[in-house]
Amino acid sequence: MNERAEAGRQAARVHGATGDWEIVIGIEVHAQVSSKAKLFSGASADFGGEPNDHVSLVDAAMPGMLPVINEYCVEQAVRTGLGLNAQINLHSVFDRKNYFYPDLPQGYQISQYQQPVVGEGAVELDMPDGSTVEIGIERLHLEQDAGKSLHDQHPTASFVDLNRSGVALMEIVSKPDMRSADEAKAYVSKLRAILRYLGTCDGNMEQGSMRADINVSVRHPGEPLGTRCEIKNVNSIRFMGQAIDYEAHRQVDLLEDGGQVVQETRLFDPRRGETRAMRTKEEAHDYRYFPDPDLLPLELDQAWVDQIAGSLPELPDSKKARFVEQYGLSAYDAGVLADDKAAADYFETVASGADPKIAANWVTGELYAALNKKGLEIEASPVAPEALRDLLGLMADQTISGRIAKDVFEIMLETGEAPLSIVEARGLKQVTDTGAIEQIVEEIIAANPDQVAEVKEKPKAIGWFVGQVMKASQGKANPQAVNDVLRNKLGLDQT
Amino acid sequence: MSIDQATVRHIARLARIRVSDEEARQFEGELSSILTWVEQLEAVDTNDVEPMTSVIEVDMKQRRDEVTDGGMPDKVVANAPERENHFFLVPKVVE
Amino acid sequence: MTNLTKLTLSDARDGLRGKDFSAVELAQAHIDAIGQAGQLNAFVTETPDIALEMAARSDERIARGEAGPLEGVPLGIKDLFCTKDTLTTASSHILDGFVPAYESTVTANLWRDGAVMLGKTNCDEFAMGSSNETSYYGPVINPWRRASDGAQLVPGGSSGGSASAVAARLCLAATATDTGGSIRQPGALTGLVGLKPTYGRCSRWGIVAFASSLDQAGPLTRSVRDAAIMLTSMAGHDAKDTTSVDLPVPDYEAALTGDIRGMRIGIPKEYRIDGMPAEIDALWQQGISWLQDAGAEVRDITLPHTQYALPAYYIVAPAEASSNLARYDGVRYGLRVPGDDITDMYENTRAAGFGAEVKRRILIGTYVLSAGYYDAYYIKAQKVRTLIKRDFEQAFEDVDLILTPTTPNAAFAPGEITDPVTMYLNDIFTVTVNMAGLPGISVPAGLSSDGLPLGLQLIGKAFDEETLFRGAGVLEEAAGFDAEPDVWWA
Ligand SMILES: [Mg+2]
Ligand SMILES: [Zn+2]
Repeated sequence: MNERAEAGRQAARVHGATGDWEIVIGIEVHAQVSSKAKLFSGASADFGGEPNDHVSLVDAAMPGMLPVINEYCVEQAVRTGLGLNAQINLHSVFDRKNYFYPDLPQGYQISQYQQPVVGEGAVELDMPDGSTVEIGIERLHLEQDAGKSLHDQHPTASFVDLNRSGVALMEIVSKPDMRSADEAKAYVSKLRAILRYLGTCDGNMEQGSMRADINVSVRHPGEPLGTRCEIKNVNSIRFMGQAIDYEAHRQVDLLEDGGQVVQETRLFDPRRGETRAMRTKEEAHDYRYFPDPDLLPLELDQAWVDQIAGSLPELPDSKKARFVEQYGLSAYDAGVLADDKAAADYFETVASGADPKIAANWVTGELYAALNKKGLEIEASPVAPEALRDLLGLMADQTISGRIAKDVFEIMLETGEAPLSIVEARGLKQVTDTGAIEQIVEEIIAANPDQVAEVKEKPKAIGWFVGQVMKASQGKANPQAVNDVLRNKLGLDQT
Repeated sequence: MSIDQATVRHIARLARIRVSDEEARQFEGELSSILTWVEQLEAVDTNDVEPMTSVIEVDMKQRRDEVTDGGMPDKVVANAPERENHFFLVPKVVE
Repeated sequence: MTNLTKLTLSDARDGLRGKDFSAVELAQAHIDAIGQAGQLNAFVTETPDIALEMAARSDERIARGEAGPLEGVPLGIKDLFCTKDTLTTASSHILDGFVPAYESTVTANLWRDGAVMLGKTNCDEFAMGSSNETSYYGPVINPWRRASDGAQLVPGGSSGGSASAVAARLCLAATATDTGGSIRQPGALTGLVGLKPTYGRCSRWGIVAFASSLDQAGPLTRSVRDAAIMLTSMAGHDAKDTTSVDLPVPDYEAALTGDIRGMRIGIPKEYRIDGMPAEIDALWQQGISWLQDAGAEVRDITLPHTQYALPAYYIVAPAEASSNLARYDGVRYGLRVPGDDITDMYENTRAAGFGAEVKRRILIGTYVLSAGYYDAYYIKAQKVRTLIKRDFEQAFEDVDLILTPTTPNAAFAPGEITDPVTMYLNDIFTVTVNMAGLPGISVPAGLSSDGLPLGLQLIGKAFDEETLFRGAGVLEEAAGFDAEPDVWWA
């Protein structure tokens, strides 16, 4: 932990009447494995579907049905574990977690309790202030998702749909290493980026293929951990910040009023921006975990694990380091680009034919702004990376100026036309012919004697002349040439 | 080990089985005698013994990731005591 | 035409192939027998229409020369096996009206080989019991009666309906399941051959689960040969059951060579328990002599953890059952008793749907898995199980088979045993085999002083059912058990 990170953490504390409170956050992420079929049955794992359509007799827990594990899901768990620099356990065990709930047809969830497939690992976060924070991973295990209950379809009944029942989840448990909502948000974003890079989870929080349960407690710095509350139902990274801030302040207020935090599960209500205790008060949880006797232990082969390790793609951290090294980007720009595989790929295509720093500025500046306005992901950008590369090429070889480039980019966004044809069709080529520029300059000097007198006193006022010349040339004059000619004609020093 | 009626009620609650007062009394005696009887296992030295996880020594076979099942909501809900539009119906759950 | 219900399965098979009688005739003879045997309460669901339809198709295949190994053979199916479009209840109220949309792998294998379903046989509720008194559909009556007082008796459990049906000649053979002795014990108490194969030999898919790590399907038959024929069809790898083993299925009938010369038979001293009736011990000694006379070499062996198998079983089995039976919650199938809210509905449904023995085991299982007790009970029991298995592994370094009595007593009367632990002791000789996952077979070997059948058990090495059958065949031959119950029910 560097000093800057420490300073950031101190700034994130809650200032209470009894002093500063440190927020302690641990996160359990449930990430749906991007498999075709479910973890223990051959039914489709696709989102949606008519009620109880993606359901096998195994998922509906019919008498005598037995689970058979999906090898792809095991492989993705191992791949993810490797991507989190984590210990892969060659021997792991599936346990039953027993409890009654209508969307849990077996009366137990098959999960991994004492011997998960993946052990300890770590994730590095790049904070906007340039600091780096390492968050420990406690474990990753495979488990089944539950079905879905709909409570608003009928006055006295809940409707149960088992389409999600048995879908493969990776539960990724962090250590309680985060100290602010920003770190929590950065952690989930980073985890999402890694999963998407690996292709093991699509990271779609709206459809619930990635969900975060957030454990929040507060304490005075240096004190032992306080009692935590678990916040469920946080289905966007933006809500996470709200939920944590609300919950931390609630706990501080409670404690400072002489109260106590009760360990409980709370739901985040995005409309009110509040958390509230769940009304279903489960009596003291006693899940009676024991090894699932329908399944044998999961034994993996080290050579197979090594083979997966050898096939991992370049992950955000190494990509970021490479972007700094290879392209000379700032750590922050490199991090922003590397955290989104599509953006990183887009950038690299642009940078293959343009100055990398200018390419990075255009991607994170103009392009992001335009996509944001249109509500598009970078994969759906109307301007292909090759087209942007060509546009920057036209700027580099002085065919167009930077100002014209922005206009051309706007046209590209709307029409999808190639930059060169836009420039040619609309006569936007930059004028570098000194004769033509001299003529304009002379006309402007002749028409503005007062300004000529002024610029001799204050050479900085040359900017006004540049503006006039550019205007007269409809932006096509090469700014450097304009500058040179003006200085010459006005008798100023060349810069 | 003998257990009391409160314990019987607690485990019956965990197991979602309603027990009458009379049943609780009866189970108290029966379960206590069963538990006392199984406690003879304490006499066995199990230090350095691994608990059994599978009685046969075979590797767990795995399936390929293919959609081979589902698409039969009629069959899934056919036996349900209450159903509507292919949903199972249960008494309303308040979260 | 002789009385078709008197045939063994192998004789009936041969008669069908020789066109001595038709499959429909054979089915009808058994349907008639079942119709007269209501007092035995051996069936919970009779399926005469299905039987005649299947038999008719068997006759067609026989005529075309396409007969399967079990073509036209009418069977009873324990109501624990899910049968497509036929009511399946596990003899529990909680599965009221449950009609599966699927066929268990074992029964599907039997139908593939041409067998005919006569109906679903009664059993202890969820296979929990040793007397078939826990069935929601009432107790099954043993066709055998005590000579001294003529008392009606239990057939043993949990496959009591299957046992009574085969013993009373209501079917040629029946499927059964064995979690702690539920095939072998009723087999012994009704004068039948009962085989529990090695764990993993038969698929568990589609069989209502009691205790997953112990449950195994097997046949109840009137001869060792019939058991071998049945297992050849029932067994086999099933991709739908991860715990089923991917080994070829031998032709078990071919293993019945009658030659056990040089075979080493172990006699475990720990099975000579206190208070064992003299006639059981005498039968055991007789069995030893028979095998010796046939050329086997008898050796004393030790299985030191034998006495702990039953208490360990009564931790492991209820623990697994408490979880396996959680799915009976009134939501997706079976009984539902309404309630004010979801928890109320669950509690009402499960209180009304489960009988006392099932509740007892669910409660024990819930208790031994609950926080603070898991290590002391469940883990301890699974460690003891490791030791029990190790005992057998060591013993089998020196011997090929182990001979023991099947039960500590002959059949008893309903209501005679009320204390649960006393009832559990009925499985004292059979349960060790389940705990170690081994195959075991009970062979009828003689009659008690009260004229009731008694069995001897052979235990084999894992997946070595062939040696087990060979030994059992010799034991059967030597015992020459040909007693039959009087037909008092028809
Ligand atoms: Mg969790
Ligand atoms: Zn989870």
